[in-house]
Amino acid sequence: MANLKTSEKKSKAQSMGLHTEVLTGKTQQKFFNPDEAENFYYFGTYDVDFNKRTEIDVKNMDCREANKKIDELMKDGYGTIVIKNPQGKHSLGVGILNKLNLIFEGSLGYFGCGSMDGPIVRINGRVGWSCAENMMAGKVVIEKNAGSCFGAAIRGGDLICKGSVGARTGIDQKGGTIIIGGDAGAFTGFMMQRGRIIILGDVGINLGDSMYDGTIFVGGKIGSFGSDAVEAELTDSDQDWLKRKLKVAEIGENFDVSKMTKVIAGKKLWNYDALEPTEKKGAI
Amino acid sequence: MCGIAGLIHRGNTSNVGFELQGMLQALKHRGEDSTGYALYGKTDGQNFIMRFKVGENVAEGSSSVKEDVSVYDERKKIVDSYLSELGAKVIKEDRILPYSLRYEIQYDKDLMEFSQKIESVEGVEILSMGKSLEVIKDLGNAEVVCNRYNLDKVVGTHAIGHARMATESGVDIKSAHPFWGYPFSDVSVVHNGQLTNYWNNRRVLENKGMRFMSECDSELIAVYLAEKMRNGATLEEGMKESLVGLDGVFTYFVATKDSLGMAKDTMAAKPLVLYESDDLVAMGSEEIAIRSILPQEIETYDPFDGEVKVWQI
Repeated sequence: MANLKTSEKKSKAQSMGLHTEVLTGKTQQKFFNPDEAENFYYFGTYDVDFNKRTEIDVKNMDCREANKKIDELMKDGYGTIVIKNPQGKHSLGVGILNKLNLIFEGSLGYFGCGSMDGPIVRINGRVGWSCAENMMAGKVVIEKNAGSCFGAAIRGGDLICKGSVGARTGIDQKGGTIIIGGDAGAFTGFMMQRGRIIILGDVGINLGDSMYDGTIFVGGKIGSFGSDAVEAELTDSDQDWLKRKLKVAEIGENFDVSKMTKVIAGKKLWNYDALEPTEKKGAI
Repeated sequence: MCGIAGLIHRGNTSNVGFELQGMLQALKHRGEDSTGYALYGKTDGQNFIMRFKVGENVAEGSSSVKEDVSVYDERKKIVDSYLSELGAKVIKEDRILPYSLRYEIQYDKDLMEFSQKIESVEGVEILSMGKSLEVIKDLGNAEVVCNRYNLDKVVGTHAIGHARMATESGVDIKSAHPFWGYPFSDVSVVHNGQLTNYWNNRRVLENKGMRFMSECDSELIAVYLAEKMRNGATLEEGMKESLVGLDGVFTYFVATKDSLGMAKDTMAAKPLVLYESDDLVAMGSEEIAIRSILPQEIETYDPFDGEVKVWQI
């Protein structure tokens, strides 16, 4: 992760409207002293080879069996795992704290890919409520639609939905980036604390309601602003960042970002910076 | 929590009893206190089917007071005599369980008067009255109720159902969903959520002559819509008005003889996943409900806040 501690980069971040954020975030995996690496054991992490690929069919497995199987395969060094027939099952791919290419050939139910830190996930289907909840780092790409509470409380990483999402996307978001190719429902960015949300389509009522901080970019129509959410100037830096992010995310590469609306917290309800010590401010 | 599911075959019939059983069983983790089915069967449309109960299921877990079967017999006798007085002719009679009955009836007069008379018998409740609708609800999960009432072979056009986790009212049949849209034939409702202005609405509706059989907040939706329709609103108009008139969080389905609708509150706080094609619409609280009848990859989506949709058979 880039270290943006230098004053030049810090100034750039400030010009992008991130003036309250200190960009020193790390994932859990870096919270140790490298000198003590020999003694360090991080539960659930394995050395994997991305070229070592396998498939598992979870049609007749429950979520515990499927998740255990994924863990066993990582333990055996598999770095690319394809999951067949997820069929809308809940809680698949949760708690993975490892580098991994994980591909779901089908749709997930609730809490898919929750509490993960590091994997790159592609879901060739739809996801139910609370996809990638509490994600620390990594990337999740959903090819179809997503349910409500998409990316709830994520702290880092990129969460991309190529279709539309339900209500309360990015609720309690604490970092990372959420990108929506279609429309988003009501209360998007509700009580958001950090990070960024990009919506290329329309968004429902009460956008950014009671948000503490963070930034929301909307390409389409906005149903209504929530309490304390205000429109801000879209700077050149914002546009540069949006173009780059959309390109990397393989979504809306040719989208006219200059027409997007930028929404931030008015900070009349809460001043989140005053509540949180600097060292606890998370990654974006 | 509760789970709801529904499906409608457009221009076709199918084994809706079996299909709905699979959908509701997939949602059993959302509540197993009771399960209910509203099945719209393939009938000749000549006679009414009346599903009614003369007592409660007092099995383990029930919040009902145990009664002797002889009490049920007495109530049934009174119902039979009242039917005669009302001029209703019983064509066929099935006593499926000591407390649960199904009558096929010839009747062509006012349904409100009919229902008031029958339900004046203590402990008797009409679960449904319709020419294609049959509401079957009882304690236990979907499989248990399906087996108890032999529902897996019911053929029809559409169906809605409910897996209930009892929260604000008792574990009994009277509080189980679906609710019949009294006094309209063939109208049923299932709901997932909580209604916070239940008592305010109930008092207003009771003053207008509408009837409540339970203290379950979900019954309000059926009564609310029935009252709107009684005053000339279409089903869709009534459902749209309910988004303002009902306070709380809810996703509900309502079905009539030839249509199926869904409504989602403006907070979008309760889940709903929807699959829509030219010949089938299936929906449920979770995608796994739909997957139980459509295991292949399909396009599904979550309706947005404040959405109302109605489909015809």
